[in-house]
Amino acid sequence: MLIRKAPDLTYADVTPRSVYLNRRKFLQAMGIVGATALAGNGLFELASPSQTAFAATKLTGLAKSPFSTTEKQNTFEDVTHYNNFYEFGTDKGDPAKNSKNFNTSSWSVSIEGEVKKPRKFTMDEILKIAPLEERIYRHRCVEAWSIVVPWIGFSFCNLIKLVEPTPKAEFVAFQSYFDPQQMPQARYAGIDFPYVEGLRMDEAMNPLALLCVGMYGETLPNQDGAPVRMVLPWKYGFKSIKSLVKIKFQQKMPPTTWNRLAPNEYGFYSNVNPNVDHPRWTQSKERRLGEIFKRPTLMFNGYGEQVASLYNGMDLKKNY
Amino acid sequence: MRRILTSKWTKVVVFLLCLIPFFGLVDRALHNRLGANPVEFLQHATGDWILRFLVFTLAITPLRRLLNLPDLIRFRRMLGLFAFFYACLHFLTYLGPDQSFDLSAMWKDVAKRPFITVGFLGFVLLIPLALTSTTGWIRRLGGKRWQMLHRAIYISAIAGVVHYYWLVKSDVRKPLFYGALVAILLLWRLGSWISRRRSQAPVRVAAPGVSVSG
Repeated sequence: MLIRKAPDLTYADVTPRSVYLNRRKFLQAMGIVGATALAGNGLFELASPSQTAFAATKLTGLAKSPFSTTEKQNTFEDVTHYNNFYEFGTDKGDPAKNSKNFNTSSWSVSIEGEVKKPRKFTMDEILKIAPLEERIYRHRCVEAWSIVVPWIGFSFCNLIKLVEPTPKAEFVAFQSYFDPQQMPQARYAGIDFPYVEGLRMDEAMNPLALLCVGMYGETLPNQDGAPVRMVLPWKYGFKSIKSLVKIKFQQKMPPTTWNRLAPNEYGFYSNVNPNVDHPRWTQSKERRLGEIFKRPTLMFNGYGEQVASLYNGMDLKKNY
Repeated sequence: MRRILTSKWTKVVVFLLCLIPFFGLVDRALHNRLGANPVEFLQHATGDWILRFLVFTLAITPLRRLLNLPDLIRFRRMLGLFAFFYACLHFLTYLGPDQSFDLSAMWKDVAKRPFITVGFLGFVLLIPLALTSTTGWIRRLGGKRWQMLHRAIYISAIAGVVHYYWLVKSDVRKPLFYGALVAILLLWRLGSWISRRRSQAPVRVAAPGVSVSG
């Protein structure tokens, strides 16, 4: 008999705070998959589950980041119970309510298009791309509210370097997971799914662009885009796509969800800009959650030093 | 039914019922249960109640006729005034937390953003209605003129729905729901106005050659 070496610690193994599927739910899930699965893989899985929960797992050994703000962080409760994730409903409290059973096990992110090394990354592989950092960023929603969140992840450029984009790669297209079975509320959202977003290559290469796997010392809660998302603090929140499954490098500017719905309201760039108002919300001010009165919004959400040069010579009133 | 409707106590009960949403919000505020964005919570809650009370107010006349309960009229003024009450609260959450009580900033905002413009219009139109809601003012203006003035509530209700519709990003179910209610109530009025005009119009002589009886 072969004696196996102790396997490397995986993403799924790190001190799970809660087990994702209990036995009963697991059986139900298997029932949906069908009898064949139950007889084959299902029983095997039951005997020795290969995946455990990604939800609420502690992440340790985080490096500090010079990009972090010292501003007061919002509470975990606020950030997890007031946000937009239209796949799970359009009310700010809906994502927390409706994403509880969102199954993010056996997740993978596929890298496609203009790259020398197209491939799929499992979550374990993603966690090994670069050392995890805690980055405390300001996050400004296009609806004029804002939060300060201690995200966990690493600069997205680390992943880009691994897959070696070809010279034709001028844009990066992102796609969210979408499953109408798990996201029944999505049909009322009024936008097309799967959710898609995009960046220009130089924006994606900017070290501020974070590939995010956690927040508040833990893996991402389902409602905040588990298990992996983008965080782009100088852009309006909707650019920071959640629950990523596909990243495609391409020559053409990719379509983006909100721009497709209302091009006069949401541009491709959607940089935080207090001087260019959204037709409905003033963008010169914002309400930080936890505060009553509004505070002035900063150009590029205060990250001009890092990103302003990306837009040199561009008319940001036209390229909103 | 008539006895219930005309009882003094019913009015008191309805009055207290109309205050439940207000005290519900006060209770939430005192117990820190207004969520992560309390200002927005209050804005949405008071906004919802304005539209509901406008719908209740507009429903009185059709219900009086359809249910043959003319005494329902006793509640119309109160319901309308509660719409105005919640509109005042709604406006205060805008003038205060959103505009920091800066009137010049508010005017700029009202002029600039269509959804605010139309919401503000809906609110302003309610002011003369609230002021002239007393029996004294009905007498002073005369029934006909008073009624003309108070038809402004139609515009106010439409403005409220448009304000809501323009606020939401993509999920328009709730604004459309209120829109449908307001539309039904206004179309009913249009229908009854047309049928009244028809019945008042002189009976036309059938055109020659057209025989109704066949």
